[in-house]
Amino acid sequence: MKILFPFFMVIALILLVIAGVSGAKMHFLFGVVIPYAALFLFVIGVIYRVTKWAKSPSPFCIPTTCGQQKSLPWIKQNKLENPSSTAGVIGRMALDVLLFRSLFRNQKGELRDGSRFIYGSDKWLWLAGIVFHYTFLIVLLRHIRFFTQTEPFYLHFLETFDGFLEIGIPKLFMTGAILLAAAAYLLLRRFYIPQVRYISLPADYFPLFLIIGIATTGILMRYFLKTDIVAVKELTMGLVTFAPVIPDGIGALFYIHLFLVSALFAYFPFSKLVHMGGIFMSPTRNMTGNSREFYHANPWNYPVKVHTYEEYEEEFRDKMKMAEIPVEKEPIK
Amino acid sequence: MYNSGKVIMGIIIFLLFVAFPFYYNIGRVIATPDPSLDTPVINELVEKKCVEPREFMRVEHMTMLNDWKDSAIRDGRRAYINTEGKLFEKSLQNTCMRCHSNKERFCNECHTYVAVKPYCWTCHIEPKEKKL
Repeated sequence: MKILFPFFMVIALILLVIAGVSGAKMHFLFGVVIPYAALFLFVIGVIYRVTKWAKSPSPFCIPTTCGQQKSLPWIKQNKLENPSSTAGVIGRMALDVLLFRSLFRNQKGELRDGSRFIYGSDKWLWLAGIVFHYTFLIVLLRHIRFFTQTEPFYLHFLETFDGFLEIGIPKLFMTGAILLAAAAYLLLRRFYIPQVRYISLPADYFPLFLIIGIATTGILMRYFLKTDIVAVKELTMGLVTFAPVIPDGIGALFYIHLFLVSALFAYFPFSKLVHMGGIFMSPTRNMTGNSREFYHANPWNYPVKVHTYEEYEEEFRDKMKMAEIPVEKEPIK
Repeated sequence: MYNSGKVIMGIIIFLLFVAFPFYYNIGRVIATPDPSLDTPVINELVEKKCVEPREFMRVEHMTMLNDWKDSAIRDGRRAYINTEGKLFEKSLQNTCMRCHSNKERFCNECHTYVAVKPYCWTCHIEPKEKKL
């Protein structure tokens, strides 16, 4: 159920497009209205989520500390694992965002010989994760060809490397195939590792099925069931110049691709995918580990009414002296 | 909002990325490609037909040229019989470019539009067109 529900959701989305485009001829809805609406939801949604996080106070100094904190001068600090300065925090964040450093530490526990529980390094998730994210990024950057009249400088540079195997025509872009393989690994790992399967929810499977659907339709369109890409570019250029057109001769496959991408964009801010912005907002990652150096004031603190000892003594000094309780300050005679 | 300066900076960077296609095209002329069939050879044709139907050629010409290249160069099979049973020589320069002698106004028209750089001319000799 946890797997089948999101799977059939994606199938339903695909059938919806086929019915809407091939059946009801609602090209304008699927080609223009929905992509705009999805982009709008994406931008507004991400900004909403980020500002909501930014409004939440962090009462405690809770950076994850995986190394020696800054302490006495003769104790060597681990500046990256336990940063005490903004530069250190930026360095650690950059390593995390660009190289998935914290995932690289991933370990796996295993029961050996029936009773021995041992931990070992487990890099497969890190590898599949980083490959998935970078290939997705490159695929996204390559799509700029559909959205600019004169392509930005990087496009051909990227494509030269991406297609350097020169397999077939159009040249095979490795990133597309690798993206699909990495997404398939991330999905299969949820199927076959019992512990991971146990904690996987429909919200984990849905984006994977969606992305696999997007990659598959994209690959089909580029290499197998070709579409008229001049017409596709007319449509996409119409979108980015706010002069939408629906050219003839674009097959349903393109609309499926576009609709799944729109679904991904619209779904993005309301799902786990928003970790794109969330990583920068995590207190465990973006706070400095300087709790010994500076006092971290809880922003929730409200002024507490206190009665200090000095005030107490001032109030009850006579009574205290009568009861022969020692006082700190003798009254001026 | 806490750390509002940094958060707003982050949101602005996010918006600059997302909106890139929207502002990048401002002030650039968006020209829809219009490949020209106006060449002396095509004008003389009674029946203006390519080796295969137009719709097929539009999306599959690259695959076809690649198949032609492979079978002609590797196997020496230079004869191509199209779906109507007509015989053509598998040759970019002698068959395709004989009619479509206007690379600038025919091939490049769409290829430039969709930012595609085919590698035909790394082996073939690029036709020298008279500049008008």
